[in-house]
Amino acid sequence: MKILVTVKRVEDPYQAIKVKPDGSGIVTDGMNYKPNPFDEIAVEEALRLRDKHQGEVIAVTLGTDRSTAELRQALAMGADRGILVKHDGPLDSDAVARLLAKVVETEKPDLILMGKQAIDDDQNQAGQLLAEYLHVGQATFASKKDSLESEAEKTKVPGLQVLDGARAVRVIREVDGGLETLEVTLPAVVTVDLRLNLPRYASLPNIMKAKKKEVKELTPAALGVDPTPKVMARKFAAPPARKGGIKVPDVATLVDKLRNEAKVI
Amino acid sequence: MSNVLVVAEQLEGALRKASLPAVKAGRELAGKVGGKCHVLVLGKSVAAAAAEIAPYGADAVHTAEDPALEHYLAEPYAQAVEQAARALGAGYVVATASSTGKDLMPRVAARLSAGMATDVLGFVGDGAAIAFRRPMWAGAVIAEVTIATEIKVLTVRGTEFGVPAKAAAAAIAPLPVKIDAAAVKTRFVSLEQVKSARPELTEAKIIVSGGRGTKGDFKPVESLADSIGAAVGASRAACDAGWVPNDWQVGQTGKTVAPELYIAAGISGAIQHLAGMKNSKVIVAINKDPEAPIFQVADYGLVADLFKALPELQAALKKDA
Repeated sequence: MKILVTVKRVEDPYQAIKVKPDGSGIVTDGMNYKPNPFDEIAVEEALRLRDKHQGEVIAVTLGTDRSTAELRQALAMGADRGILVKHDGPLDSDAVARLLAKVVETEKPDLILMGKQAIDDDQNQAGQLLAEYLHVGQATFASKKDSLESEAEKTKVPGLQVLDGARAVRVIREVDGGLETLEVTLPAVVTVDLRLNLPRYASLPNIMKAKKKEVKELTPAALGVDPTPKVMARKFAAPPARKGGIKVPDVATLVDKLRNEAKVI
Repeated sequence: MSNVLVVAEQLEGALRKASLPAVKAGRELAGKVGGKCHVLVLGKSVAAAAAEIAPYGADAVHTAEDPALEHYLAEPYAQAVEQAARALGAGYVVATASSTGKDLMPRVAARLSAGMATDVLGFVGDGAAIAFRRPMWAGAVIAEVTIATEIKVLTVRGTEFGVPAKAAAAAIAPLPVKIDAAAVKTRFVSLEQVKSARPELTEAKIIVSGGRGTKGDFKPVESLADSIGAAVGASRAACDAGWVPNDWQVGQTGKTVAPELYIAAGISGAIQHLAGMKNSKVIVAINKDPEAPIFQVADYGLVADLFKALPELQAALKKDA
């Protein structure tokens, strides 16, 4: 099974995000960058599927040379080789999907695994757009019934079930009000949600090995794609701050406040 | 080309209430761009759902029925929405940012060569220069987004728009669509619904949520919720641990809620969680740790053990009632 998995360089989710005073963007001084957490879950799923069904995992990223760091992290987790589509400048989900579609045309993977959204722009579009451009099926928000503390998770069982000779995959999706099961003919795009798995850490020997793995560089021009964004974020602001409230000493005071001051019960 | 098309959701023939905020956003948008607000209800048999949504102020309601639309699937639904958008001259296609809206609308955008904004909170300006306010970085930043394409696709955050006022019922008319079922590569297998007598998280007036502080014992949280008719929510930590269904998660990656009263018990208040509930009207935090970040957004904070405080709160509310 040949699996293509995407990795986006994003701001460290545990660092505070501050808006520049002129509203032109966010403060990047002192910011650390990480692979998008949802993409790490996608990489983990790809590795589990490869280890069970054989094949190859190719990690792809789009961005400047700096994105190589996140690509190498995916390789250190265990991906076999990498592709960097080099571009300096804003990319919207649509441009990302059109660029990835061209990579897919060349690589012809059986399955494309992606995070359901990147934690910077939170658009949650690229996977679905890619599936439409490729005229293939999609299963977004892939999850599983077993908890992240289950035996299945500890033994690294893939959440996606590959059906008869890699003809299709069965995917459990986290949807409003429950869990949905779909079967998607391969090739397909699957985007992953939080509770599909716990991604592994890269070991030191694997980090060293990853430095020697092949990374192919491509450009939008070489792929024949105009990456001009259709969607542009132009003005950034912090959300209105919520006024801190008061501490109450006991439950009786709390009930009194809720009833007589806030009037919500 | 500045009509607005709102895509409504139904499940087994019944309207999903989550669709109503999209109608409210669609009406507002139609006013700003000078067009009509059309609503599309799709499925195998949707007369009842169409009748349900007709009195919420749309200019017209259209039904698209086809056997291939029996179960929601992104591919056939995107075909139908594209055809409806073209037939109605829609410049804007809008849905609620539910799991279905998020799954479907990017495919619609690709088919219409449209740019798309997810989770829209509101509109800035009007006419062709209209911009869209939306959260980024888990709600730490609100951005103004412009879309350069002729047709624009949006999902809107339900809690920001709310339910529209009722008006005279709009006329309902069938809209013919042609689904290429052979091109659909996905098969629906099953939907396991979490059945509950409690109100839906996104519609509840009161929510009681539990986190890591429950240590896996949600009894006091559920007991208080049931005694006051509240919904039950949870932090990501509680869901990840498998203590409660995933469907209970409140947060940027779970459900976004805005009840009248949100009671957070044993929840520390990670940014991720706050993004999902900070628009609640009144927030109560109960936590043993006086330094927990949840206290910074809480209107009323009580430093206490939830296993003691929640039963006390339940008893006090019962006595007063």
